[in-house]
Amino acid sequence: MIERKLGKATRDAYGAALVEIGKTNRAVVVLDADLSKSTKTAEFGKVFPDRFFNVGIQEANLVGVAAGLAACGKIPFISSFACFLMCKGFDQLRMAVAFSEQNVKVVVSHGGISIGEDGASQMSIEDIALACSLPGFCVMVPADEYATTALIHESVQHQGPVFVRTGRPKAPLVYNPTSKFQIGKGALLREGKHVTLVANGLLVFEALQAAEALEKEGIKAGVVDLHTVKPLDEELLLREAKKTNHVVVAEEHQIWGGLGSAVARFLSAHHPCRMEFVAIQDTYAESGTAEGLFEKYGLTASHIAQAAKKALGKI
Amino acid sequence: MTVLGHSMKKPSLEELKAQAKQIRRDIIEMTGTAGSGHPGGSLSATELATALYFAIMRHDPQNPKWTDRDRFILSKGHASPLLYSILAEAGYFDRNMLLTFRELGSPLQGHPDMRRLAGVEASTGSLGQGLSIGIGHALARRLDQKAYYTYVLLSDGETNEGQTWEAAAMAAHHEVDHLIAILDYNKFQLDDATHEICDMEPVTDKWKAFNWDVQEIDGHDFESIIKAVQHAQKIKDQPAMIVAHTIKGKGVSFMENNNHFHGVAPTKEEMKRALEELA
Repeated sequence: MIERKLGKATRDAYGAALVEIGKTNRAVVVLDADLSKSTKTAEFGKVFPDRFFNVGIQEANLVGVAAGLAACGKIPFISSFACFLMCKGFDQLRMAVAFSEQNVKVVVSHGGISIGEDGASQMSIEDIALACSLPGFCVMVPADEYATTALIHESVQHQGPVFVRTGRPKAPLVYNPTSKFQIGKGALLREGKHVTLVANGLLVFEALQAAEALEKEGIKAGVVDLHTVKPLDEELLLREAKKTNHVVVAEEHQIWGGLGSAVARFLSAHHPCRMEFVAIQDTYAESGTAEGLFEKYGLTASHIAQAAKKALGKI
Repeated sequence: MTVLGHSMKKPSLEELKAQAKQIRRDIIEMTGTAGSGHPGGSLSATELATALYFAIMRHDPQNPKWTDRDRFILSKGHASPLLYSILAEAGYFDRNMLLTFRELGSPLQGHPDMRRLAGVEASTGSLGQGLSIGIGHALARRLDQKAYYTYVLLSDGETNEGQTWEAAAMAAHHEVDHLIAILDYNKFQLDDATHEICDMEPVTDKWKAFNWDVQEIDGHDFESIIKAVQHAQKIKDQPAMIVAHTIKGKGVSFMENNNHFHGVAPTKEEMKRALEELA
């Protein structure tokens, strides 16, 4: 049985990765909007104060300043909460970063509803849709600390804008320190026969648990981690969908415009099959524990297992 | 390397005036031929941009990405006819291209697109963004210990945007120098006079309160512009603002202070009359 072993929060992995990268890459600069203790960029600021800029509580300017630094050859990483950076800095991401094709790395924390007690105003359920709508952006939602560390390192090598969503709570481990990651290449974590569970972020572990539960009922469910929503790993998706002909997509995001939309758009054109979607159903969440919120808003392993059975016509 | 500015012989006042006149002619011809564009706010800032590009800035039209170049960011992106006329006059591209302004496939987009035209430092057109981008260039200068200056041309209406004031506060707090903002204070915005829509007065006091070095000048007087920029270059650990009082539509009698020409191009007949005045 898959063991639920908590690793670091993905935001902690981001903070640590930045410090490592900063040691060897002098072009990397980091900017935050007065949330550096929460996004974990403060660690970089302590080690490299000259290359760290806390702009204050101003997300629009944060993005613009980063675009100017990128135009001069720097590799800026900019961070804030997902909801604030994406919503308040969106026109700047559009004009100064995406349209201008600037090499800015947007790494947000507090994605999704698993932030818990702070409530809906601090939760981001729209960020993936917003990021994916920007031409040229790579959009990633890593599942655990190892995925985060690797994808942040990959982001430095990638020429062009990237968006990475990290989360507040400690994330259950899915990978190990030797796992390999590539932007745009998903991972098949479990072979399936009857149904494929596609997920990212914290929902990857939930999907693995769902697959175990389904196995007890004689349903062989495959699990695919699509940590990169854009560009989509079409090859992997097509291969697995052809194997099982039933697909469930699970994500900690508003049902409109996230991973589910991306997967459905692709499969509807290339391999139409029965699909179900586990996501936040066009509503805002509320204060509570992360576990309580996942239960109430339908994001747990049992919700994924139910969706799989529905896709298979078993309920 | 052809480096304009410091290493070149300083142009005389008469030469600058002649260049400004040529640039105004180009603005009229580009917008008149295209049948659209923003002549009013291009004409108001003509002396400001002419002084920067031909008497002040170190830049190289043959090497637009020269890392030591001074930067000019047109935050008021709708004044693209001004920027294109200046870049053509400086030799960044063949001036025959000017009349392709706003045509499908032309590098001379309605608003500046840095991907399509060498010499354009920032893609603008969504107001309020240029100052932030300028801060980024100025911080990179500090990190790389270079000597260049970053100039940002703002419109008065544009400073309605909250991002302007985020940038103003942050640049002062971070003691960003080698950053020189110039406000093209022509007292009009799209819908009407600035005092009718969203008056930003007291403008000079606002920038002073944000802890900027502030000067107020006649934005059509070359000697005042050059003197003010030379002062701003000497300011250490503080950003500099030059509030330049200008006249919208300056140089063409029937366009001056006539806000119809904010975003409306002259007709063929108006273009002919304007070019006669600028002969």
